[in-house]
Amino acid sequence: MEAVSACPSFSARDYKSDVKPVWCPGCGDYSVLSSITKAMAELSVPPENVALVSGIGCSSRIPAYTNVFGFHGVHGRALPIATGLKISRPELTVIASGGDGDGFSIGGNHFMHACRRNVDMTYIVMDNEVYGMTKGQASPTTAPDWEKSKLTPEGTGINPFRPLVIALASGANFIARSFSGDPNHSARMIAEAIRHPGFSFVQILSPCVTFRPEQRDWKAGIRQAPVDATTDAARAARRLMTDDGFNIGVLFRGDRKPFQPSMKARVESVRDLEKEFRI
Amino acid sequence: MSTIIETPPQATGNKVILCEGNEAAALAVALARPDMVAVYPITPQSSLVEHVAKLIAEGRMDADIVDAEGEHSVLSALQGGALAGARTYTATCGPGLAFMFEPYFRTPGMRLPLVMTIVTRDGITPQSVWGGHQDAMTVREAGWIQIYCESVQEVLDTTVMAFKIAEHHDVMLPVNVCLDGNYLSYGASRVEMPDQAEVDEFLGDKNVNWHVALDPLRPMAVDPLTGGSGGKGPSSFVRYRRGQCRGMQNALRVITEAHEEWAQRFGRRFAPLVESYRMDDAEFALMTLGSMTGAAKDTVDEAREAGKKVGLVKIKTFSPFPVEALKQALSGIKALGVVDRAVDFRWNCGPMYRETLGVLYRLGRHLPTASFIGGLAGADLTLEHFHRVIDATEALLDGPAPDEPVWLNAND
Ligand SMILES: Cc1ncc(C[n+]2csc(CCOP(=O)(O)OP(=O)(O)O)c2C)c(N)n1
Ligand code: SF4
Ligand SMILES: [Mg+2]
Repeated sequence: MEAVSACPSFSARDYKSDVKPVWCPGCGDYSVLSSITKAMAELSVPPENVALVSGIGCSSRIPAYTNVFGFHGVHGRALPIATGLKISRPELTVIASGGDGDGFSIGGNHFMHACRRNVDMTYIVMDNEVYGMTKGQASPTTAPDWEKSKLTPEGTGINPFRPLVIALASGANFIARSFSGDPNHSARMIAEAIRHPGFSFVQILSPCVTFRPEQRDWKAGIRQAPVDATTDAARAARRLMTDDGFNIGVLFRGDRKPFQPSMKARVESVRDLEKEFRI
Repeated sequence: MSTIIETPPQATGNKVILCEGNEAAALAVALARPDMVAVYPITPQSSLVEHVAKLIAEGRMDADIVDAEGEHSVLSALQGGALAGARTYTATCGPGLAFMFEPYFRTPGMRLPLVMTIVTRDGITPQSVWGGHQDAMTVREAGWIQIYCESVQEVLDTTVMAFKIAEHHDVMLPVNVCLDGNYLSYGASRVEMPDQAEVDEFLGDKNVNWHVALDPLRPMAVDPLTGGSGGKGPSSFVRYRRGQCRGMQNALRVITEAHEEWAQRFGRRFAPLVESYRMDDAEFALMTLGSMTGAAKDTVDEAREAGKKVGLVKIKTFSPFPVEALKQALSGIKALGVVDRAVDFRWNCGPMYRETLGVLYRLGRHLPTASFIGGLAGADLTLEHFHRVIDATEALLDGPAPDEPVWLNAND
């Protein structure tokens, strides 16, 4: 698609910053970082043409570890910030990213409206079914009987949020799932999501080894989705309603026209923006 | 969890434990027996609400807990609970408080006596998870009572008192107990636990919604549109606002009475509004808020030994601002240095400094003053810093006062 101009000769390393991640050893987010940089290299999009916007959480630290245009938002607000950015600079490749708490709990409202609005951008959620950053509380995707959180020592007792089902019902134009333990697959999903017009949602199961050590076993349960992606929302809905959460691959490819009020960039040249700024 | 470190003293029968400020707040909440608590975790508040959840799970506290999807919902849920007659509690800080702002502003207007701890944290951007008073200071115009604590014991005692103050018939306003993130939240110290039966007696009957009761014989719609379009005109709005202001002013008396009764019953006396430390013959003074006061008092002691006539004034109740009490405390000095852990962007000084200028005007005195800003984003305020504050304030006695704030940690 047009935001991704073909320009050869980028490698994944070109998208990494020299800031060393502070994630715990073994955290799934390391692989997601690699997958994002691999996907961008595959698309050969120049780093300065990419904006990566996050919220708050361990996963939301990701922009600092890349050298694209990064923005660390506030908790839950990655999507509205990314929306504003894309609408003002439609030629950029815009990616929003963060965690399950950020995206489905405090920012859950924006998730539905971003799907519905269908602005051409990609949303990557590193789902570990926990608030990692605040030391292990249950998130909306946590099973109701998980009793290891000090905040809900008897489990939440609440039905989990089903991100893919909600994305579909709200109008997302591309829906995929991947697993951080398979970084090549994640990179492929991200690249496809970026290529697909409109709002693309990629859930990446990304274990929190510190507060959910049992998620190391996810590897054994992950499998390729048995059938190919459908473009039929009703079929996708039936499939997602019976899905156990471990099928990876593209699950829905829609053909809705992206929302872009005017395709005119608000700023003709970045030079126009450069002014001296003294702190 | 806490460890019991002393056997109960004979006189009171009270337990003495070792615990952190966050746990002390949670234990106080349990003593106050709220009916409903709503929570969303945030650093450095998380362990506080986790302690509350634990007390509930262990059956040591009989309250419903709502694990909400964000702070906006936390406070909204508590409003619903309070309207239905529940005694309610939560805690937050920094970005959580910012996100809560809409229901935060409405709570005092509806005269709902919630209690909420602010585990104070510095402002949202530049991003930082460390302590500072910018969060609580930023919302100081929203109509909540705000009380700052100096020690872990004071956190415990004040948190219990907060329920009595909030629910007092002449006040009926929500209360923030501010406990400093990092220093008090995670600082462990010896704490005396009051006896539950004594606390029950102290708090008396729950009194949260006599004015908006969900009473089947008296159905009412709460907070409809007032003023202008279709309403009775601005007069009803003005009546509500004035009532709120009156409640705030009444709080000064009620806070003082609650502290007095606490001292009588439990033997621990804290200055309710303003504390004067070594002020009797002081020529100049510094002013502090919250946990920095400990180091500041030690520094004053050292400076006194070196012959400087310095005293200290600590504010405990910041909102409503204790104008009369401060007038008394500051009446005899000739120079004043105010130390803030936040900034007032409009006046280019600390917020407590700015508020204090108004008090000096009321006193009819034009003192040389200086605003010191330190302890931002968890920066340490040590004896060395307070010696600098004392020296610079002493210099005001016969030198010019600075127009700019003094940034204490600028080179740390
Ligand atoms: C308004 C607000 N409330 C609470 C927080 C505290 N907080 C920071 S990250 C986080 C949850 C993060 O969970 P998730 O998005 O799943 O990210 P993870 O750390 O698991 O990657 C919370 C509650 C905050 N920063 N801002
Ligand atoms: S706490 Fe969990 S999510 Fe956060 S860095 Fe560690 S492993 Fe990753
Ligand atoms: Mg998470």
